Amino acid sequence: MGNFSQKIDKFIEIFINQNGYVRVIEGLKNTLIIAVLGLIIGIVIGTLIATVRVIPKYKLLPRILNGFCSFYVGFFRGTPMVVQLLLFYFVMLPLLGQRMTGVQVAIWVFGLNSGAYISEIMRSGILSVDQGQMEAGRAVGLSFGTTMMKIVLPQAVKNILPTLGNEFITLVKETSVVSFVGAADLYVAFNYIGSNSYEFMVPYLVMALIYILLVLIISAGIKIMERSLRRSDRRH
Amino acid sequence: MIDVINLEKHFDGLQVLRGISVKIDKGDIVVVIGPSGSGKSTFLRCLNCMEDPTGGQIIFNGVDIADQRVDINVHRRHMGMVFQHFNLFHNKTVIENIMLAPVYLRCQDLRRAKRSNLVTRFTNVFRAKEHRKELLPVTESKADIKRKARDEAISLLKRIGLEDKADVYPSTLSGGQKQRVAIVRSLAMNPDVILFDEPTSALDPEMVGEVLDLMKALAKEGMTMIIVTHEMGFAREVANKVLFIDEGQILESGSPEEFFGNPQNPRLKEFLSKVL
Repeated sequence: MGNFSQKIDKFIEIFINQNGYVRVIEGLKNTLIIAVLGLIIGIVIGTLIATVRVIPKYKLLPRILNGFCSFYVGFFRGTPMVVQLLLFYFVMLPLLGQRMTGVQVAIWVFGLNSGAYISEIMRSGILSVDQGQMEAGRAVGLSFGTTMMKIVLPQAVKNILPTLGNEFITLVKETSVVSFVGAADLYVAFNYIGSNSYEFMVPYLVMALIYILLVLIISAGIKIMERSLRRSDRRH
Repeated sequence: MIDVINLEKHFDGLQVLRGISVKIDKGDIVVVIGPSGSGKSTFLRCLNCMEDPTGGQIIFNGVDIADQRVDINVHRRHMGMVFQHFNLFHNKTVIENIMLAPVYLRCQDLRRAKRSNLVTRFTNVFRAKEHRKELLPVTESKADIKRKARDEAISLLKRIGLEDKADVYPSTLSGGQKQRVAIVRSLAMNPDVILFDEPTSALDPEMVGEVLDLMKALAKEGMTMIIVTHEMGFAREVANKVLFIDEGQILESGSPEEFFGNPQNPRLKEFLSKVL
């Protein structure tokens, strides 16, 4: 065990005295930014796609939109996240002549990718809401879109919140691949500490602990949200 | 007020309505009866295009609303609908259920009027004085609309004796209370006609009475109502016109006295002998 305490000393040396903690905080910040903004973009895209997919389809425009959405979901679910990151960074950006930082690329790719997954989650949520809710909204003269926004989606979100939380947790953990496009996340920070001390055991252990802590905090937050959303189900 | 001409509806080759024609005047209480699967619910749901008719016309206040190009949302405001399973908005409190559509739609009209006034004011700059367009009247603010709708909703709730339930969610109400709230929700839009789709079929027997009483009160006030129901006693008492629909056609129609007292059609006779 003497060996292990030596390793811990080495880790603390780099973590504190050589400003390793600055990188860890920076990495943590990037991880959270990518996951949170990715989730927000994902929810917006996912909701739009899910809505398109439940519109009645006897007109031409919904059919075309629906075809496009199927393609989109198929593409993003059919390729690994790393491949999407690389395609975005090394193919799309040069073709468009744009520049973006690694973090920006990661945010967009995470958003686009989770949009595909969330669209399916959202669709199941919408389908779980009784058809009568939409009919009642339409019957008082509200449009399809308004009824969707005011009546159906709030109920759908309530039903899918646990699954949506799952998706967020997945996003937080998946950020560990963004170093492929040069974004500095938690993994990059601890990798740096490890390679500077030629000692990976403790840094990676601490990294795992931080991920676990993050996920625990997120789960607790989701529980609180769920409870407040369930208000309308409670019997007074 | 509603003139249904040769209404047809088929679902993927299954013909549900085979040419229904009926004229409904203001103040009519029309009760539609028929065996299950006869198309009576489909007929009612076609009237406000909840199901799009596949043929025929529905002339409502002079406009053919079966036409796909008509903005159906505008006409549905004047046609209330009450469902078998109430369909109160689960995520809204009782009073929000009643206020939602009036507030939203009036605010939407307000926004549109303001927007169009903005355009008019701008284009008026380029018009000669005598050609200037009039602005649309904007008399209310959003707060006014909300306050008015709230007052209206509360007086509606008072009418059904549920004002103390204004701020609870529908999940806490009994079936009869839910259905009465659903009825006043459609009343809040000041509709010209209310469609009832088996309003008492999902209720416990002891709650049927309170809903029927509310409907009777509405009928007395001269509300135009079209009611699909199995409550024959109610039909006999309140209706001034009864329709018997079977296999997508009106087989017999008439005043309740002759309809129940002296039925002509053999299938109606058979139906009545089963249910009465």
